[in-house]
Amino acid sequence: MLEVSNLEVSYGSIRALHGVSLKVPEKSIVTLIGANGAGKSSTLRALSGLIKARAGTVVYGGEEITNLAPHKIVARGLCQVPEGRMIFPNLTIDENLRMGAFLRRDAKAIAADMDYAFTIFPRLLERRKQLAGTMSGGEQQMLAIARALLSKPKFLMLDEPSLGIAPLLVKSIFEKIVEINRTTGLTILLVEQNANLALEVSNYAYVLETGKVILEGPSVEVKANPQVQAAYLGI
Amino acid sequence: MEQFAQQLLNGLFLGSIYALIALGYTMVYGVLRFINFAHGDVFMLGAFSGLYLNRWLGPMMAGLHWSISLTVIMLLSMAICAALGILIEFLAYRPLRNRPRLNVLITAIGVSLLIEYTGQHPAVFGATQQSFPALIPANNIALTSNLAVTNTQMIVFVTVIMLLVALRYIVMKTRMGLAMRALSLNPTASALMGVNNSVVISFTFGLGSALAAAGGILYASLYPSVEPFMGIIPGLKAFIAAVLGGIGNIPGAALGGLIIGVTETLVGGYSSVVGLPTGYKDGVAFVILILILLFKPSGLLGKTEREKV
Repeated sequence: MLEVSNLEVSYGSIRALHGVSLKVPEKSIVTLIGANGAGKSSTLRALSGLIKARAGTVVYGGEEITNLAPHKIVARGLCQVPEGRMIFPNLTIDENLRMGAFLRRDAKAIAADMDYAFTIFPRLLERRKQLAGTMSGGEQQMLAIARALLSKPKFLMLDEPSLGIAPLLVKSIFEKIVEINRTTGLTILLVEQNANLALEVSNYAYVLETGKVILEGPSVEVKANPQVQAAYLGI
Repeated sequence: MEQFAQQLLNGLFLGSIYALIALGYTMVYGVLRFINFAHGDVFMLGAFSGLYLNRWLGPMMAGLHWSISLTVIMLLSMAICAALGILIEFLAYRPLRNRPRLNVLITAIGVSLLIEYTGQHPAVFGATQQSFPALIPANNIALTSNLAVTNTQMIVFVTVIMLLVALRYIVMKTRMGLAMRALSLNPTASALMGVNNSVVISFTFGLGSALAAAGGILYASLYPSVEPFMGIIPGLKAFIAAVLGGIGNIPGAALGGLIIGVTETLVGGYSSVVGLPTGYKDGVAFVILILILLFKPSGLLGKTEREKV
């Protein structure tokens, strides 16, 4: 479904990605793990068009989307839940969700998708009219995911959904992610520092180190790899 | 007492025009985080559009009621200035979108000077003052024996209220308004929701410039003379009004405008009591600016923004 080849990204003279290649098949959950500064977020930012790729290509559904403007990438069905959630704090939950559906005009289908989002995250329903900035970090993460779902994506990118959230909530948020994938067949690219959790929920994994893919394979195998266990899983 | 009430009313009318201009400053600040110092000049261009449109279209609309010709001239001037505002952003500010904000600020001052001095050229507006036509027939409405408002003042006030209601509707109820608010909170996130930020920024410039144009015509109706530098002082006062209300805050800009208008008029009316010349009224806004920057830099309705580390 998504194929990235030799993606290179730099910030000024600092090279963040040195030719990253990866594939995400339809309906799968693929994870990108690695330490801080390995280039995980840079990869997602380039996929969403937030930063320009210096070289390499991104092909989605058979069409090249490298360096398209962010709103055009969203229009093609690729949506990102960015690191740090980036919800709109001074808008209500409702308005945040409506922003998620910004490019859609089908009022009925939007209402149905809102209901779906509320069944997955009932907490949001209770707080519909509340300003999003007043919620806890975990609730904001739920909102960020729900907001992205409202765009009716075919391909969802999640950047560190566990960051700064109470462990108990992290578990429940990951369960929801798997549930969404199982029930709707949504393809997910998950970026995580919490490698244990990410390998547990995903089908396939890439390990990134200083802007390069150093290891890839089915998540079960990556999890059993002694190098990965030593470096990322603390075993 | 009645003299005081009269001054208060006069201040309210003047302040409502400052409010209109202040909204443009505050909305542009909201989406781009810089002060568009050329905004006062768009206000001037609005007044001149009114002048010329009346000269060209006036004969054609001779038989019509004045309220219709006023509406036509006002809406056309707003459309012209909206287009100019969008053009200014496109030519001057968009190429600097990802540069330090100081560059954009200095460019804004340059654009302002360019418009003012181009306007002075004899082939454009000319440097001499021109009298602004009475689009609204002069007529005093007596409220009590000693308290009166002019027809013009009433029209100014009613028009401002209507524009503020329309603006509130656009910002709070429409899709574009929602995108404006989202963009001002987090441009990256709004882009990730599929918003074309450039379109929203153009829209914001158009909207602010249209309000400035309406302000220009209303101001010139109250003080019927126009010249290319007429936008500087009202522009600065409206900018202060926006800061006073909390820059980026729309109700704050309206409130700030009213406060500046009323304070200025009261000082003008009563400065002789303490032995100051009335000319000091023009300094009041700047005293307010200094005080607000010293004691409440975030403005009356503004929230303190936390810098993200």
